Amino acid sequence: MGDWMTVTDPESKTISQYTSETKMSPSSLYSQQVLCSSIPLSKNVHSYFSAFCTEENIEQSISYLDQELTTFGFPSLYEESKGKETKRELNIVAVLNCMNELLVLQRKNLLAQENVETQNLKLGSDMDHLQNCYAKLKEQLETSRREMIGLQERDRQLQCKNRNLHQLLKNEKDEVQKLQNIIASRATQYNHDMKRKEREYNKLKERLHQLVMNKKDKKIAMEVLNYVGRVDGKRGSWRTGKTEASFFLRNEDEMYKILLNDYEYRQKQILMENAELKKVLQQMKKEMISLLSPQKQKPRERADDSTGTVISDVEEDAGELSRESIWDLSCETVREQLTNSIRKQWRILKSHVEKLDNQVSKVHLEGFNDEDVISRQDHEQETEKLELEIQQCKEMIKTQQQLLQQQLATACDDDTTSLLRDCYLLEEKERLKEEWSLFKEQKKNFEKERRSFTEAAIRLGLERKAFEEERASWLKQQFLNMTTFDHQNSENVKLFSAFSGSSDRDTPTLHSRSRQKKPHGVPSGSPVCTSKLTKSLPASPSTSDFCQTRSCASEHSSSISVLNITPEETKPNQVGRECAHQKWSMSSRPGSQEVCYSGCSSTYTNSHVEKDDLP
Amino acid sequence: MNFSEVFKLSSLLCKFSPDGKYLASCVQYRLVVRDASTLQILQLYTCLDQIQHLEWSADSLFILCALYKRGLVQVWSLEQPEWHCKIDEGSAGLVASCWGPDGRHILNTTEFHLRITVWSLCTKSVSYIKYPKACQQGITFTRDGRYLALAERRDCRDYVSIFVCSDWQLLRHFDTDTQDLAGIEWAPNGCVLAVWDSCLEYKVLLYSLDGRLLSAFCAYEWSLGIKAVAWSPSSQFLAIGSYDGKVRILNHVTWKMITEFGHPATVNNPKIVVYKEAEKSPPLGHLAFPPPRAVAGPLTSSESKYEIASMPVSLQTLKPAADRANPRIGVGALAFSPDNYFLATRNDSIPNAVWIWDIRKLRLLAVLEQLCAVRAFQWGPQQPRLAICTGGSKVYLWSPAGCVSVQVPGEGDFQVLSLCWHPSGDSLALLSKDHFCLCFLEMEEGVHTAFGQRGDCT
Repeated sequence: MGDWMTVTDPESKTISQYTSETKMSPSSLYSQQVLCSSIPLSKNVHSYFSAFCTEENIEQSISYLDQELTTFGFPSLYEESKGKETKRELNIVAVLNCMNELLVLQRKNLLAQENVETQNLKLGSDMDHLQNCYAKLKEQLETSRREMIGLQERDRQLQCKNRNLHQLLKNEKDEVQKLQNIIASRATQYNHDMKRKEREYNKLKERLHQLVMNKKDKKIAMEVLNYVGRVDGKRGSWRTGKTEASFFLRNEDEMYKILLNDYEYRQKQILMENAELKKVLQQMKKEMISLLSPQKQKPRERADDSTGTVISDVEEDAGELSRESIWDLSCETVREQLTNSIRKQWRILKSHVEKLDNQVSKVHLEGFNDEDVISRQDHEQETEKLELEIQQCKEMIKTQQQLLQQQLATACDDDTTSLLRDCYLLEEKERLKEEWSLFKEQKKNFEKERRSFTEAAIRLGLERKAFEEERASWLKQQFLNMTTFDHQNSENVKLFSAFSGSSDRDTPTLHSRSRQKKPHGVPSGSPVCTSKLTKSLPASPSTSDFCQTRSCASEHSSSISVLNITPEETKPNQVGRECAHQKWSMSSRPGSQEVCYSGCSSTYTNSHVEKDDLP
Repeated sequence: MNFSEVFKLSSLLCKFSPDGKYLASCVQYRLVVRDASTLQILQLYTCLDQIQHLEWSADSLFILCALYKRGLVQVWSLEQPEWHCKIDEGSAGLVASCWGPDGRHILNTTEFHLRITVWSLCTKSVSYIKYPKACQQGITFTRDGRYLALAERRDCRDYVSIFVCSDWQLLRHFDTDTQDLAGIEWAPNGCVLAVWDSCLEYKVLLYSLDGRLLSAFCAYEWSLGIKAVAWSPSSQFLAIGSYDGKVRILNHVTWKMITEFGHPATVNNPKIVVYKEAEKSPPLGHLAFPPPRAVAGPLTSSESKYEIASMPVSLQTLKPAADRANPRIGVGALAFSPDNYFLATRNDSIPNAVWIWDIRKLRLLAVLEQLCAVRAFQWGPQQPRLAICTGGSKVYLWSPAGCVSVQVPGEGDFQVLSLCWHPSGDSLALLSKDHFCLCFLEMEEGVHTAFGQRGDCT
């Protein structure tokens, strides 16, 4: 209670003080003093509480407390008085109840206070966080604002620059214009000057001409031993007025003749070119028709196809044209027809090609993978075949080479080589014999070992069988003791095993398990079992039967042993298998390794297989 | 490939006769005529002064020697060594002299282009043509020798006169729409005359023989224009090289531009082969190519070979001086091969390179970059073989199979400044400042394959 008081806010304290002040409490003065001192130290409070009630003022304090409590809504501490005059007596039960209630209340308040405190803390931290956030955001805002200002500044600068550049460009343009004008004016001036100068020059020339030429310069002369004949052998003729005119006409004629010849030559060339082009065009047309008509046969059969009608038109045109092409093609109408028909056909061809393109792309998209795979397979097959062939050819070549060499060897010196060969053969024979004996000894050893191993294995199997029987009996007892659960269990197992028996290849793990079971299930071990396990051997027809029998056997055995295969149980099996493995590794042969891999653990079968392999 | 011994020469005057039988060369004032195959001296004529111009008549019977300094032309006959003819232009002076196409007339241009005098060797008649224009190429004959086109200038306007060469009658006279005509050239078929303006304006005009304007072509304005013009031998194309470093090709049907060949300084197209001349140290192994005589030659001049440069190739460019006249920019030389298949060009701002264009495909085929600036190139008259000289001691040959660089043997440095093909295309005269020698391209089977192989591997 004291603690509670200390942690309450000063405000609430004053309120309580206020309420308590209305009724003068005996210690109100004191309490006021305490409040005035405003040092709500726990010590003081404690002392204050201890000073609240003394021997003398019990009555008063009780009444005071009663008053206080009633004001707070608690039942009165006093017993209900029957009469007025009777002095009220303190009800202990009520006091205790009050106390209890107060305590409960206080605990509740404490809890609430704690909650509030934690909430306050949370809120405080939230507040901090938010403040941090706010600060950060404020910073961000500031930086972005600064950035924006910077960008704006740059933008402004760039704009300024741009304006300047524009101005410069304009200036340059103006300059160019000006310069062009200057050039033009200079050019005209230059031309003018030139003309003037030239005129002067011409005048001078004229003057010089007169001076030089009209002086009858005797020096200007040709000394020649004798005049030579003309190239054409003609003699130079004197020119008169008449002849000059005729000469002129003749020259004109000749000139025009030359020009005409040139033009004729050119025309001929152009005609030839034209003819060639026409030929090409005609051929193209023909080819187009032949290319397009068979493909369009089908659509034309549909009758409503518009292209079909176009085609028929075209073909008619073509027929006409081919008839007309016998005559000259240069006629304008024919030309028009030709170009029109070509244009039409071209359009058709174009659409057709486009269609084909689309189809091709579709096909390409759809059938890309399949075709690719198929082709690759084919390719691989082909390459394999070829490789095989190459291999064969190589072998052939090798054998041929060997034969050739042998022949050569025999041919070169028969006698010595045969002798030598004999020697070698004898030596080799002896060596081989030695090796053979060694090998036989080894084999014997191996067999011995193998026998001992098999014996050990059989012994193990027997031991295991005994153990199993013991175990079975024990389990039987257990089973008999247990009732409902086990029954269900056994049923499940039955189903399980039946399933494994029906679909043999789907559950290999189960099989191995059942196979492991086998030796003690069917200790005699039929030879059929080996045929199943050694896949390299030809499959006997009894395999399926075997499967069934095996499943049956496993069923039987499980029904006895309830198939609670614990790790301890499988261990001996594994040991056995390991044994077998070791043995196999010792007498490993390429053919027998497969058998090893088939996961067989039964020692008996192993020995049997080995027997098969023996020579 | 064999080389003749070296003969003396002056003023680069050495010419094969049109029939290919003779070779005329000048040494100072002497004219030497040799047999073109044996190089034996057949005739020796002595002129009055140093010969400055030499020309064979079309029938290979006469040789014209012009002595501009004295205003004299001397003509010699091969058939009659004692025959002589001397034409004196007197005080009018002489700046150019040439044969008429019949080989019986000589056209002399007087100083200041006052007039052209046509002298006849058959008659005493003399004709005068007034107002010839002083320009780059103002006089041109048709290939059949029938007509002469002459550029004239009267009253500050350009005219073209067409004369009939048989009697020097004026056939046509028309003014051309040019500011300052720079050159005229007949198409090889003799029916179209190309007229181009001076470099200040890009303008090509095409006139028919009868004086009609067929077409005018202007690629651009306000910039330096045409630098060189060439007709294809079939008269099918007119190639125009201009100062913008491009060649534009016009066709003969519409006279419009077919294509434009730029000459960029970097070539980056794997289809184009760039042959780069590279010097190589001489004593590395024996070589099948220059013959033993070349090995005996001086070791001072290093040999060179062509290497195929890997793309991209940047060619050596010359920075033109902008403040001088006749800037070294633009396509200044271009020539079609005799079979019309190829066009060789030189951009003067990339002086070391010769560009060879395939006219059938209208694209660049090969670029030959030499170590020195290309002085001259000329197509072989029979086969598409281009001979190039750079003023060094080597001659370079290109053919579609490849190209070779051949060292000219001889004592001292033989600097090939110019070259001219024998009309048969079997030999080549290489001219240096004061010597010349003949280079025989024996195109027998063995040599031919060697040529091809060499071309391929280098």
